[in-house]
Amino acid sequence: MKYLYKNDELCIQCHNCEITCAKKVQKSEDLRKSAIKINDNMKYGEEKINVCDQCGECIDVCSEMALGRAKNGVVLLDKKKCVGCLICVGFCSKLSMRTHDDMIEPFKCIACGECVKTCPTGALEIREK
Amino acid sequence: MSNKIINEKIKEMKKAHKVIREYKYEPAKIHRGYANKVLYINLSNNEIKEKLVPEEIKEKFTGGKGFGLWYLWNAVKSTTKWNDPENEIVISPGPVGGITQYPGAGKSLVVSLSPNTGTVVDSNVGGHFGPLMKFSGWDALEIQGKSDKDVVIFIDGDKGIITIEEAPLVSVDSHLMAEELTEMFAETEEEKRFISVVGAGSAAGHTLIGVLNFSFYDKRKKVQRLKQAGRGGIGTVFRDKKIKGIAVKYSQVGGNNNNVADINTIKKLGVKIHKEIHDHDKDQCRMREIGTAHLMEVMNDYDLLPTHNFKYGSHEDIDKIHSSVLATKVVQGSPDGCWHGCSMACAKAANEYELKTGPYKGDKVVVDGPEYETAAGVGSNCGIFDPDYILECNFYCDTYGIDTISFGTLTAFVMECYENGIINEEITGGLKLNFGNSEAAMELLHQMGRGEGFGKIAGLGIRRMKKIFADEYGADINFLNDIGMEVKGLEYSQYVSKESLAQQGGYALANKGPQHDEAWLIFMDMVNNQIPTFEDKAEALHYFPIFRTWFGLNGLCKLPWNDIEPIDNHLTEEPAKVPEHVQNYVELFNSVTGQNIDKEGLFKQSERVYNFQRVFNLKMGVGTREHDIPPYRSMGPVTVEEYESRQERYDKQLKEKLGINPENMTTAEKVEALKKYKYGQYNQLVDAVYKRRGWTKQGIPTVEHMRELGMDFPEVIEVIEKNL
Repeated sequence: MKYLYKNDELCIQCHNCEITCAKKVQKSEDLRKSAIKINDNMKYGEEKINVCDQCGECIDVCSEMALGRAKNGVVLLDKKKCVGCLICVGFCSKLSMRTHDDMIEPFKCIACGECVKTCPTGALEIREK
Repeated sequence: MSNKIINEKIKEMKKAHKVIREYKYEPAKIHRGYANKVLYINLSNNEIKEKLVPEEIKEKFTGGKGFGLWYLWNAVKSTTKWNDPENEIVISPGPVGGITQYPGAGKSLVVSLSPNTGTVVDSNVGGHFGPLMKFSGWDALEIQGKSDKDVVIFIDGDKGIITIEEAPLVSVDSHLMAEELTEMFAETEEEKRFISVVGAGSAAGHTLIGVLNFSFYDKRKKVQRLKQAGRGGIGTVFRDKKIKGIAVKYSQVGGNNNNVADINTIKKLGVKIHKEIHDHDKDQCRMREIGTAHLMEVMNDYDLLPTHNFKYGSHEDIDKIHSSVLATKVVQGSPDGCWHGCSMACAKAANEYELKTGPYKGDKVVVDGPEYETAAGVGSNCGIFDPDYILECNFYCDTYGIDTISFGTLTAFVMECYENGIINEEITGGLKLNFGNSEAAMELLHQMGRGEGFGKIAGLGIRRMKKIFADEYGADINFLNDIGMEVKGLEYSQYVSKESLAQQGGYALANKGPQHDEAWLIFMDMVNNQIPTFEDKAEALHYFPIFRTWFGLNGLCKLPWNDIEPIDNHLTEEPAKVPEHVQNYVELFNSVTGQNIDKEGLFKQSERVYNFQRVFNLKMGVGTREHDIPPYRSMGPVTVEEYESRQERYDKQLKEKLGINPENMTTAEKVEALKKYKYGQYNQLVDAVYKRRGWTKQGIPTVEHMRELGMDFPEVIEVIEKNL
């Protein structure tokens, strides 16, 4: 199963990944549209990099079956089926399903790997598990 | 059955349909939660027309149950009976209804004149019908008149076409009818999820306790699920109008069909409460895991679970129907909501349940539930502690279209009458209706389905049975009045209120009859002693019934208000009100409608409608004090065995509350002394509640009060003045 591996220890909080994700995936300069989040003000126990690990918990809570796995294991949202209920956002125990004011439907990391290319320290990698 | 056979069967059914009336319309664009139109259908002459909703009516009645009450008020006279053609069934979801982001937002409110009470009844039901109907362009559906042939009504919100069709081959029983109409009106498999149907069932037509089933298509299990508008016999009105089913189709369901004023606030509120439920439901009410049935053992532990017609509040066999046992029967690994976005997901179903009795014996079916009310009503209250019986009974009640609550309570009443020799095998046609006899109870239910035998008499409900048993079989009417758990003609729902004066009022003062959706105060009153004085209880009986009315005005479910609580709720000044969630509702309403109410404004919306409903009762002849009196069984021990089962408790009450020494009294004398005291207390409570509500000592809202609320319509004032 393909997923975006992250290593908090290597992250220097440069935000390149967020900029890339928002720009390449959502065609936006607005960093709040990035599926990956870098936490600048970490409190004890919080993680530096927050991104979906494709665990698939959200698939089971979607009444419309709008969330499912692609062949490569990545969890994808079918926007045609989604009714914007956002249960998947509230029920994501990793807090990695996102919303934005411009969109009715939520969005998430699809492990496309664009951010990996712009990470200067190798904190991100596309891996299989 | 294979798909091919089903398709052939459906084709044949459809071929037999004759379109009696077709009406084309331009579906209204929803603006801020309102379509601003009502669909009126008259089945006597097949008239179909649109009514514009005036701004004043939105302002005064908000929507949902409010709209239902207003349109029904205008349709009926004080002399109208439930089976007169002018009686209506009004279905309305309310302005917030249909939003997909906040849990519990898919409710329909159904209003009609009740066969049980003779006055107006409102019933709140899940399923997808209300939202799909609104998105099809209608804030409410008003059905008047009576057809002379069985019909189906189809609202096609995609095409803007409404048809009334003769439907001779479509089934009456809901589990079949819902599947048939969905198959018939879905052009593709994908479209099934955009169809919802309303139906009743065969017993709805043979009894007075009919329910309406509202369907939704369960995409995971690929089956129809049914939710019930249970109370007050509206399914009986439905079948009296010769309706087999009403279907609606709307296929553009998305995240903002209500075209709300501020979607982003709604999204934020939704995510916040979804997370609350995700984090805390497992430690609070376990709605996702078990649903309302989690109450079984809780109620039993507090001596509040009705057993043997509310004689007792607990039973040694509770473990047999413990929620963990029920859960093994119904939990399918995925909690279900009855509308999009319901993360509380209290709906449960047993899949592939093989029926053991009745016309569908051997069929493998889906059973929705059981809810707590059903398990307690048809189970413990009838002395039946068999989970399979509860499922089987639940299924047949639903598909036959009768109310599990009324069926449970009236069967328990019949059983007590049987055990007391008031009725016997000759009268019951051989049914040995002792407590615990599940076979006899099941046969009674099937008789209701067939419209035969003693089932027809029992199906008239407790109030009418009391009269029959007294008039024809010489029963002592006073005893029947004491043990017959009904007020205003409606059977009690399933909580023992003996030790909670506030709950006795919550039940008996309820506008539609004794249903706990108005007020559930047992824990506040009896367990936590938070409302000790008459004034405290009166305040609670002012605030909670009126506050809870608000859910029904807006197409909302009450459960996400207080069956999940913020983790710091107990630190707030008034935890019973769940202040943070009340604020959520204020913001939800404002974000949908663009209005700017606060929590007082929210309360005022409800207070207007609550008082209007009381005046509606007055118009129908049941809105005064003498109609608000509970049977003694709901207040204290009626019989010697009942007293003696909790003698220590009752003796203590005689000593401490009445200052009587019970030592030299017979049990019968003690029963009488306690009864006199308890009715005295109840009367003092009623005085305090009426005063707090702005009503006269007879329970009539004053003209001044209605004026203050802005509900001084001339015809309302006329009804009040006539009764003062």
